[in-house]
Amino acid sequence: MTTNAQDDARTEKPIAKGDLPNTLPRPEGELDELERIWSPPRGFHIVSAVNNIYVGVWYVGASVLFFVLAGILALLMRAQLAMPESRLIGHALYNQLFTMHGTLMMFLFAVPAVEAMGVYLLPSLQAARDLPFPRLSAYAFWAYFIGGLAFFCSLFFGLAPDGGWFMYPPLTSYTFSSGINADFWLLGIGFIEISAIAGAIEIIVGVLKTRAPGQSLDKLPVYSWAMLIFALMIVFAFPAIIVATVLLELERAFHWPFFLAEKGGDPLLWQHLFWFFGHPEVYIIFLPAAGMVSMIVPAMAQTPLVAYRLVVLAIIGTGFLSFGLWVHHMFTTGLPALSVSFFSAASMAVSVPSGIQVFAWIATFASGTLQWKTPSYFVLGFLFIFTMGGLTGVMVAMAPFDWQAHDTYFIVAHFHYVLIGGMVFPLFAAFYYWAPTTSHTPLSERLGKIAFWLMFIGVNITFFTMHLTGLMGMPRRTYTYIAAMGWGPLNMISTVGAFMIASGVLVFLIDLAKNFRPFRAKAANPWNAGTLEWLPTGEYQTRSIPIITSREPLWDQPNLARDVQEGRYYLPGAPTKTRETIITSPIDARPQYLLRMPGPTWSTVLAALFTAAFFFGLTIQIYIPAFACGALAIACVIWWIWDTDPGPDVPPVDIGGGITLPAYVTGPVSHSWWAMIVLILVAATAFACLLFSYFFLWTVNPQLWPSQPASFPHLRWPAISAALYLLSSAAVFAAGRLLARVPNRSAAPAVLALIAAILLIPLPVVIEALAQQSAGLSPSTTSYGAITYTLVAWQGFFAAVLMLMGLYTIARSLAGRLSAERRVTFDNTGLFWHYGVTQGLVTLAIVHLFPRILG
Amino acid sequence: MRAITALTIIAAGATLSGCAWILPDESHGSRPALMWIQSILVTAGPTGNAIGTLSWVMFAGAAAILLLVVGFTAYAIFGGRRTWMTNPHFVIAFGVAMPVLVLSILLLYGLSLTARSAAREQPALRIEVVGERWWWRVHYLGADGAHQFVTANEIAIPTGVPVEFILKTSDVIHSFWVPSLAGKLDMIPGRINRYQFSAARPGIYRGQCAEYCGAQHALMAFYVVAMEPDRFRTWLENHEMPASEPATALGTKGKELFIAAGCGACHTIRGTAASGLIGPDLTHFGGRRSVAAGSFPNNAGTIAGWIVSSQHLKPGNLMPSFVNLRGEDLRAVAAYLEGLK
Repeated sequence: MTTNAQDDARTEKPIAKGDLPNTLPRPEGELDELERIWSPPRGFHIVSAVNNIYVGVWYVGASVLFFVLAGILALLMRAQLAMPESRLIGHALYNQLFTMHGTLMMFLFAVPAVEAMGVYLLPSLQAARDLPFPRLSAYAFWAYFIGGLAFFCSLFFGLAPDGGWFMYPPLTSYTFSSGINADFWLLGIGFIEISAIAGAIEIIVGVLKTRAPGQSLDKLPVYSWAMLIFALMIVFAFPAIIVATVLLELERAFHWPFFLAEKGGDPLLWQHLFWFFGHPEVYIIFLPAAGMVSMIVPAMAQTPLVAYRLVVLAIIGTGFLSFGLWVHHMFTTGLPALSVSFFSAASMAVSVPSGIQVFAWIATFASGTLQWKTPSYFVLGFLFIFTMGGLTGVMVAMAPFDWQAHDTYFIVAHFHYVLIGGMVFPLFAAFYYWAPTTSHTPLSERLGKIAFWLMFIGVNITFFTMHLTGLMGMPRRTYTYIAAMGWGPLNMISTVGAFMIASGVLVFLIDLAKNFRPFRAKAANPWNAGTLEWLPTGEYQTRSIPIITSREPLWDQPNLARDVQEGRYYLPGAPTKTRETIITSPIDARPQYLLRMPGPTWSTVLAALFTAAFFFGLTIQIYIPAFACGALAIACVIWWIWDTDPGPDVPPVDIGGGITLPAYVTGPVSHSWWAMIVLILVAATAFACLLFSYFFLWTVNPQLWPSQPASFPHLRWPAISAALYLLSSAAVFAAGRLLARVPNRSAAPAVLALIAAILLIPLPVVIEALAQQSAGLSPSTTSYGAITYTLVAWQGFFAAVLMLMGLYTIARSLAGRLSAERRVTFDNTGLFWHYGVTQGLVTLAIVHLFPRILG
Repeated sequence: MRAITALTIIAAGATLSGCAWILPDESHGSRPALMWIQSILVTAGPTGNAIGTLSWVMFAGAAAILLLVVGFTAYAIFGGRRTWMTNPHFVIAFGVAMPVLVLSILLLYGLSLTARSAAREQPALRIEVVGERWWWRVHYLGADGAHQFVTANEIAIPTGVPVEFILKTSDVIHSFWVPSLAGKLDMIPGRINRYQFSAARPGIYRGQCAEYCGAQHALMAFYVVAMEPDRFRTWLENHEMPASEPATALGTKGKELFIAAGCGACHTIRGTAASGLIGPDLTHFGGRRSVAAGSFPNNAGTIAGWIVSSQHLKPGNLMPSFVNLRGEDLRAVAAYLEGLK
């Protein structure tokens, strides 16, 4: 793209030291205008706000709500287990409780909470006015909040899932769980997945592209690094659970066998897919929390983090290693000794990066002087509890020990130490530490310390005891136990501890009620921290966007806060009269262009509402309203994105310091190009998981794969399909060429090419389905048929999405919103189109060639 | 307050019911009667012992490392400015070098143990255990691998010789686990897992399902009874025989009622008309130590209670509550079953 060359020449200057980019006094009314443009909607309309200082706080608040709800479920369980042979709660409710406790804590508390903190903190840490896709964050929040609440309410109707948060088939398949409880889990998790991936795309592009000028990768806050790796891990881990849930729902709804052994499925396929997601999930939760600790420790010790580079390497290393350990959840399934040994070694290796971080924090304490405030308490509590959890983690990584400890209370103790230590305590430290960035009054030091001690002692009482309960032989997920086993006293101690933790959380909630007054921050830096989130803020985040020359700019760049607030840095106003932020280059953070961002809208709230209604309609089997809501959700999404892609309708903008930035770009510089690439990575990973399932099922039951050429569709069918795919891609390519002549010439040829592509793309899917059917293949008889038709249906879904994107692009053209210059919408459709066609061609090759090669 | 009262009443009831467990073969001296017979740390076979030793090594090592971390943290905070602690070399020494060294040693130890567990000898006995919801079907196999006889929820093995367990399931995933003897191994539909271990000394060891398998996963236990080889041979000969005839008039009446009530549709008692295959084989039921897969001690009282209220005691299991059996009739059936030694 042409803009690249300009960028490099243009941005050499700002990073050099010198005069500040803008001069004083600032023009009359500049600040007023900035405030007006960023002012939130009034009254009830505040719900339509999309900028991160609102959405982020709601998002965090919702995750705290689910933390409390899931905690209450835990208290009910502890009450049942306090005494042996208790009849307080029946097995039916208990089994729903532990399923919901795990599911809520993992999917509705931990992942959203860390994602929410990212949405809230990242822009201010990087001196951006907002994340690049504010409406996407808003949608992610509302989908999660509405869907999560509805999912929780299934408990009140006795319809909550009861198959465990890990949902192992065949227990959860149609044979043993015929009610809709399990469907609630599968579809309930559906929009959590959507929400998590939406947030991940937002965070990846946000960290890479919206930074303060000069905030190159080596000056990036550790927290930003952690969130970048976190989001990338979501991109590669969540598709596995998406594929797993789709397969299980297909098996439940249509009896397509993937996990049923009698029809050639294998329960272990689920376990591989689930844990390929499930183990990275633990680090997905832990890395952001560790990132927070790496921000809080230097501030509380008043000294830069020791071994910054090692800590960043450790975070990246954890991200990589965590994808190589999932089998350690399956040590007791009877795997070959060689794979057990490999995954045992890999599981131990992952403790090294954690060790680096722990000793880096200790070293930082040693080089500074600790402020004895509540965040320090929670961080020290975290260090102790997390280290304990890490040590028991090494124990269970030893396969022989795991054969004993697996699925006992020892494991329950282990992962509560890891997760409470590794995530809840850092999060509470973060609440106390960062509350002043939004709240007028800080949280109470006195209540905070009371909450800390209750929680810290409570956690150790509850969960240390559980190690012993487990070593004495008590299995997990048991609603009762026999008095003669002698587990009663230990369980009673754990129950007492659990109520102690709950009282700590209650004290925290009281503190919130008394002191937390969000959206009204005053300019203050109570801990004398060194990073950018402590710059003075308004609705618009920072008055001007500073040049960064240090990792702790507030410590190293004198007068930074004052200069920023006076508007002496970049973009002190709103020159295009809309919400704006600077998009920077991913490595060295040079300004590239000015992003104009959309403002408040009801479309995202409604889109989320209808998405939730769609999933719930499907779950309770009211299909017509469900699909109506699905259509409405799509309509709302179109409403929301219609205002984006504004085109080059304003001239380049002077942001100060002699830098003039374009207000619209296309191609690989564009933030939306990056987002599309990330989305394609998600799609490709999901497809890879599907192919893994295909080959896995083949290795388990190769005899089910046809060996006689007569039982395949004739090769001419896939050949025709492949030709149609290539033609549709060629049509899109041609449309791109033709678009380059608009508006000098008519847009009609480009539109016609797109119409051709739209008509072509579903044909191969139809041909494929008909060809398989006429060859006599049934999706519900064997796993071979099931996975083959699933590959076809998967491609059908992509064809439908591509048709929708194509139609949207045509609509943009007809509305005069598509031209040679204004073509981000088209470029995104084109990228996804070529991906979809590639995926289709690979599908054809696997489905038709692989069995023939075998034969 | 009311909740506390309720809890106290439940506790009192629980304590009373707990007292009923008395294991005939081994007295454990102090109550609770079953304590430590399902523990990772009190082991009675080579496999379990080796893992027990590994456990203690790791507990000690973990305690030392925890102390080190806590000590360093306290020293870093209270010890004033320590330059040796404030540079990256400290982080590399303790965050990289130390864990790599410790973990490598541990890994070698663990791998040798894994390899040893994978080693197979010629087993002296083969037993096929099938997980059912929520009990254990146990087939004793002959030298040719054919089923010799079937029993349930209690597995007798000879001491000192390797026994191979062939693990299957008839429904969902279960996990076979006798912690005193060895770690657990899952029973997975469509797969057969084989596990070999031995008991070093005679005793009663409790096992329990360790993979969540639905409503009554909590009440799916069993016993492994390890006997001297001579006693085991006697046990085996006894179990190969059909059921004994009732010795009392009450028992005889109970046998008739058992057949008349249709119990034989689900249960087999070899030597009688009862030949159902759905529920546990009851041919030598009276000799077993528990009712309902380790849920209750086995005596005439618990048998009677189980028959009339099995759905109350273990809701969702396949056996209906036979509420029509009352008084004398119920006692007769219970007496008959108790007599099937």
